[in-house]
Amino acid sequence: MAAGLPTLGFVAILIAALVLACRPLGDHIHRVTTRERHLAVERGLYRLIGVRPDTEQTWAGYARSVLAFSAVGVVALFGLQRLQHLLPGDKGFDAVDPAVAWNTAVSFVTNTNWQSYSGESTMGHLVQTAGLAVQNFLSAAVGIAVALVLVRGFARRTTDRLGNFWVDVTRVTLWVLLPLSVIGAIVLIAGGAVQNLTDTVTAAGVTGDPQQITGGAVASQEAIKNLGTNGGGYHNVNSAHPFENPTNWTNLVQVLLILMIPFSMPRVFGRMVGNPAQGRAILAVMAGLALLSTTAVVLLELAGPGTVPTALGSSMEGRDVRFGVGDSAVFAAATTLTSTGSVNSFHDSYSAGGGGMLILNMAVGEVAPGGVGSGLYGMLVLAVITVFVAGLMVGRTPEYLGKKIGARQIKLASLYFLTTPAILLLALATTIAVPGNHAAIQESGPHGWSELLYAFTSASNNNGSAFAGLGADTPWLNTVLGICMLLGRFLPMILVLALAGSLATARSVPATSGTFPTTTPLFVGMVGAVTIVLVALTFLPVLALGPLAEAL
Amino acid sequence: MKRGAFSSHLAALRALLAMTVVLGVAYPLGVTLVAQLPGLRDNAAGSLITDADGEVVGSELIGQSFTDAAGEPIVTYFQSRPSMAADDTGAPYDPTATAASNLGPEHVVDTLPDPELGWEGDENASMSLLTRVCSRSFEVGRLENVDGSRPYCAESGGSAVGAVLGVYHSEGVRGTVTRVVSLNESCDTVTEPFITEYRGVTVECAVYGEDHSGAVPVPVAGDAPADPVVPADAVAASASGLDPHISVEYARLQAPRVAAERGVPEGVVNALIDAHTTGRSLWVLGDPGVNVVTLNLALDRDHPVTSAGR
Repeated sequence: MAAGLPTLGFVAILIAALVLACRPLGDHIHRVTTRERHLAVERGLYRLIGVRPDTEQTWAGYARSVLAFSAVGVVALFGLQRLQHLLPGDKGFDAVDPAVAWNTAVSFVTNTNWQSYSGESTMGHLVQTAGLAVQNFLSAAVGIAVALVLVRGFARRTTDRLGNFWVDVTRVTLWVLLPLSVIGAIVLIAGGAVQNLTDTVTAAGVTGDPQQITGGAVASQEAIKNLGTNGGGYHNVNSAHPFENPTNWTNLVQVLLILMIPFSMPRVFGRMVGNPAQGRAILAVMAGLALLSTTAVVLLELAGPGTVPTALGSSMEGRDVRFGVGDSAVFAAATTLTSTGSVNSFHDSYSAGGGGMLILNMAVGEVAPGGVGSGLYGMLVLAVITVFVAGLMVGRTPEYLGKKIGARQIKLASLYFLTTPAILLLALATTIAVPGNHAAIQESGPHGWSELLYAFTSASNNNGSAFAGLGADTPWLNTVLGICMLLGRFLPMILVLALAGSLATARSVPATSGTFPTTTPLFVGMVGAVTIVLVALTFLPVLALGPLAEAL
Repeated sequence: MKRGAFSSHLAALRALLAMTVVLGVAYPLGVTLVAQLPGLRDNAAGSLITDADGEVVGSELIGQSFTDAAGEPIVTYFQSRPSMAADDTGAPYDPTATAASNLGPEHVVDTLPDPELGWEGDENASMSLLTRVCSRSFEVGRLENVDGSRPYCAESGGSAVGAVLGVYHSEGVRGTVTRVVSLNESCDTVTEPFITEYRGVTVECAVYGEDHSGAVPVPVAGDAPADPVVPADAVAASASGLDPHISVEYARLQAPRVAAERGVPEGVVNALIDAHTTGRSLWVLGDPGVNVVTLNLALDRDHPVTSAGR
């Protein structure tokens, strides 16, 4: 497997960089979000917003703020797209079609960044920077904020106060996302990413055949696109575009940006509950699942099974030379294991097994390591389910982090797990039952089913990547996928906040010799197994119709 | 309650406006300003290449096609990879229409065109990924004077197609074989299919308009070498549609032709290839690639095509 050696090197450097970055970053996020004092800049902002930063909210109050902020975000982004032709910086583009504008507004506010449009020919400067990029920051900050609330639910006792939404979002945005994005953007520019405000430059072409070279504030958007696990590219071909991802090493930087915050969140969790070992256990589950999945995707793509890859002698269709097949596969795994959805190669051209693995990554609910914030709260819900399962085995009331997991908690956790598959499968079944939709599917047979399954899995799990052969720009798909994104983001969030509320009001029970320890390898293995079993039970039937049928 | 909901939406609106100023205006403009520093400025502007007169000829990062108006390769230039970045009517390598093929590994059956209209004229026709790969490989083989054959490809009607049979069985997908059609070979372009017999049944060519969705598609590997002479990147479309690079192998394959057409020793061309090859950063990142745009520009500068050579 000599072809795999450089990819092994890529992964080794990536892991080394993550090990170096995640602990200090986790400590930084912890420091920023638990600081008692408000900085002068923050006070100014709170005054402007009109909120009292020292008033903490209940879970319901927090949820109302999340929903209000997101609703306003959707409306504003929709309006900005519809009015872009009247505003400056429109690049000469028309108002965005209403169905596309709805889909895009929901998509960016829900941290999905599914794109049914082609960036370079639809969105002007203003929409890209003041609309889309802003939601890249804010949707990421909201995700982290909700995760913080769940952790507070475990950490606090007999209170119904869980923090202040505006304070959390402001601090995460200003002191975590913004500085890292500035650094990331400058590093990407050093590699060749563009950052300008020109529309297009007409080049004469080497052969005299002119070429329109596009411009834009690409690097600044690229950094937060990956850092906030958003994924919406400035251009149609996303991170495959040489202006977004110009070299083999910027590719490494992008994967690092994608994984950095999600892998730091367990540290934040460990520090907040006052026991870093708990964070390490969660990190171990995430890292184990991520490594398994990445290895599978890379090996399958390097082997290149299937008719066309065999004819080619490699999996080069839909890959750029500078990344090669191996590094492209690592990127694909990273983007689906988190809720990112940016792509540097085209997943539709992946082998049946490799593409199936990418669908599975998203179906797992993106918890290994998952989206910024959403990965941590997803994994903690799975941990709650695991202690419940363990409790059933030995006949004891389950506990996690000193909190009894009672009927209410387990109901909320189960609902959390069931919501996304239910939305996904219902929407998929409805779509396939409506006759007019078949025309959107590019390929017949199992691969066509995979295209559709990928789209609904991606939308409902707020990933945003695609088997892009699907002609997703139809009124039906724009609307229904938009609904999937909305429900798939906010129903689980509300359930998580409710869970946090129910935990925070409970008192802490002391650990006894009968308490199932949640920092041991046994627990790590059990959470991993519970995750795989739950997902397999839910998704095997639909996977059998698509990727599995194609692979056989 | 009602007042609460109203005030939280008002706060949300104010927060969004404040954040838009910071994140949507100050941040991108700030980064754009930093990008004006020497060392970053040219990158931020798009790594543009200018000629002696200061006119922009292209970008180092954005591939170009080196074909004539009819889409045929210009033989004095190194050729880029196949690109799907084109709108319905335009030429490839169009940065305003970036795209990949998005076709899967089992996209192997063509929808044949109306013989009256041909591939270009019939908008319902669609060429499978496999046939695209096979025909490109055949063309590259002919251009570079090497063997263009590949597994699952068959020479057919002056080009190559995906070697795929549609096999009918007595009971759906099981039972004895009753009829076999070479799905990608139209009776209008071939006299006999690439294979005469399959499991004792004579293979037919495909009649335009006949529906073979009831047949089981069976790709036939054939006897082409598993490691074809024409490299994969030469016949597979890139992800961006703007890939400025080709593999070193594909560049070496083209070197003898370019050298001969320009009347330059092959060693000189090979040295230029080396000079325009980007290796793996840190020894392991990515794959080595030869920048076709800068390579061809260097050729034009150092070894221009004389009118006699043309």
